[in-house]
Amino acid sequence: MTYRKTLLIGLFLLFAGTVLAGTAEDKGLQIARDADAYDSGFGDFTADMTMTLINRKGQKSVRQIRIRTLEVEGDGDKSMSIFDEPADVKGTAMLTFSHGLKPDDQWLYLPALKRVKRISSRNKSGPFMGSEFAFEDLGSQEVEKYDYKFLREEPCGEWQCYVIERRPKYKYSGYTRQIAWIDKDKYRITRVEYFDRKNKPLKTLTMSDYHVYLDHYYRPGKMEMVNQQNGKRTVLEWKNYHFRTGLSPRDFNKNKLKNLH
Amino acid sequence: MNRLRMLTLSVAAILSLAADAADWRGSYSLEESYFPNDALFAGQSDSYPAMAFEVEYHRDLPIPGHSITVTPFVRIDDLDQQRTHADFRELKMHVVRGDWEWDLGLIKVFWGVTESQHLVDIINQTDLIENIDGEDKLGQPAVHGLWYRDWGTLEMFLMPGFRQRSFPGVHSRLRGPLPVDIDHPQYESSDKDHHLDYALRANGTFFNDWDIGLAWFSGTARAPQLLLDTSHGQPRLIPRYPLINRLSLDAQATLESWLWKLEAIYQDQKQQSFGAAVGGFEYTFYTIANSASDLGVLAEYHYDSRQEDADTPFQNDLFLGARWALNDTQSTEVLAGGFFDLDHESRSYRIEASRRIGQNWKLSGELQIFDRLSPQEQQYPLRDDDFARLELTRYF
Repeated sequence: MTYRKTLLIGLFLLFAGTVLAGTAEDKGLQIARDADAYDSGFGDFTADMTMTLINRKGQKSVRQIRIRTLEVEGDGDKSMSIFDEPADVKGTAMLTFSHGLKPDDQWLYLPALKRVKRISSRNKSGPFMGSEFAFEDLGSQEVEKYDYKFLREEPCGEWQCYVIERRPKYKYSGYTRQIAWIDKDKYRITRVEYFDRKNKPLKTLTMSDYHVYLDHYYRPGKMEMVNQQNGKRTVLEWKNYHFRTGLSPRDFNKNKLKNLH
Repeated sequence: MNRLRMLTLSVAAILSLAADAADWRGSYSLEESYFPNDALFAGQSDSYPAMAFEVEYHRDLPIPGHSITVTPFVRIDDLDQQRTHADFRELKMHVVRGDWEWDLGLIKVFWGVTESQHLVDIINQTDLIENIDGEDKLGQPAVHGLWYRDWGTLEMFLMPGFRQRSFPGVHSRLRGPLPVDIDHPQYESSDKDHHLDYALRANGTFFNDWDIGLAWFSGTARAPQLLLDTSHGQPRLIPRYPLINRLSLDAQATLESWLWKLEAIYQDQKQQSFGAAVGGFEYTFYTIANSASDLGVLAEYHYDSRQEDADTPFQNDLFLGARWALNDTQSTEVLAGGFFDLDHESRSYRIEASRRIGQNWKLSGELQIFDRLSPQEQQYPLRDDDFARLELTRYF
């Protein structure tokens, strides 16, 4: 590339950036893109998740899940969830190839029958393992899944946050819109408010206890989803994050579900 | 004395292995099967309490990529001695090396996509006395190689030993008037139960939405012919296992809320070649009536070119069913369905339901009803064998 060409492209980008920053929608989209760009390049990670379901009476029910995720350039991530608790689902595992707006590819492994079953991924608004998290809350967050609108900037705890509105483009989403608080410095999401299909407040997610990995990638240690409509809540605690563990696409073949331990 | 010492040392070694970073899962269960109608045959009962125990032990070996899995299973039936049995569902070494995986020992695999019949699934023998739904299997001795390709996997099975199908004994319900003599089976192969069976299978996902498997099996059939034998006074049925070659296809298209499924076989054996298929769909209504629950409706059609001569009840039948998943904390599920014979009047209905209790228990129930069976049908002897089964399982 010649110097002249680089300069031209640079000028074009500068100009385009100015125009893009014009409307609230453009600014919202730009923040989402910047957040996505900031988090790209992690490669892969594994982590352990403890999910505690708490009902209105305070009764608890616990799930233990191990997660393996592989970043895929130009498409959604590939991920595997291995269930360790409750004991009756121990050995069950789920493989997901997420794709922005197209339906995800999803396989479920049933250890009693040794059966790998391709399942429909249309049900994104349904509860994950009976919890207050829907499948779409836990799925890979691709930029093209939402329309964005920048609302304002405001302090969020010790950080300064962008507040943006996201409207799911997926027609079967359980939400009309979400409002997300994203820290300006490292793009950490601290809070998301979810509005149901009738645009009534449904749930609030708070993410805290962030840790940094590979000196760059931030992941929350705790995610708490409170459902205002039914009074139930679900707490996710993340432990044992490991990045760049050497996972490859072959580790995400549906046949690999059979010999996970 | 030396031998005893060796044994003690081995047991101690195994126990120490087990204690160190062992990976367990398993369950024990109590079960009661109740048959409300009077038994047709002498020796049968109305109530069958039973218990079962299964544990899967897995351990990585010190050599990288090598592991062992041992899955013993024990069933104790209070009245039915034939149903009281033990088996290794798995007893295998698993090796991962680059794009290859190997299993050596007793293995368990599943092929197929449909829900109401598992037509293409052939590697493992059916443990019929466990349940008439054919979903319980005996461990199969095999060398199994699997090769990862970009589009999916290629598999090869070499099977040097044959396992006989289990059949209900004289004290069991859900059997015909004559006992099946499992102690004197016949084989077409002169190698009897040591014929070397083999199978090849290709399985992959194409254009994102299509999961397709194509397989070839050559060896001893898992389903025996039942021959009448009167040579020893008391008439009895002798299971005879023919040699077969079988080509099979299983395919599923996953299109949003629709799952389209097909399983088909073409089987060649002495004096007979035939084709059979099962196909249909499952459609799911999600978050019905603003609740978290899903309702799936299923329809599957069964065909067998042998028509009335088929050794299965699925010659020209329709299965209609519904699956209701509450998606609640206790993972409550109900599956109900009926088989409708399109040549005869006969029907059979089945309802299965399950719900987790607390963190480690599960209660499941099963109701089976046979309706309008006619004397020319194979299932006629089961006409008074409607039953309800309740099972309480503790998982660990």
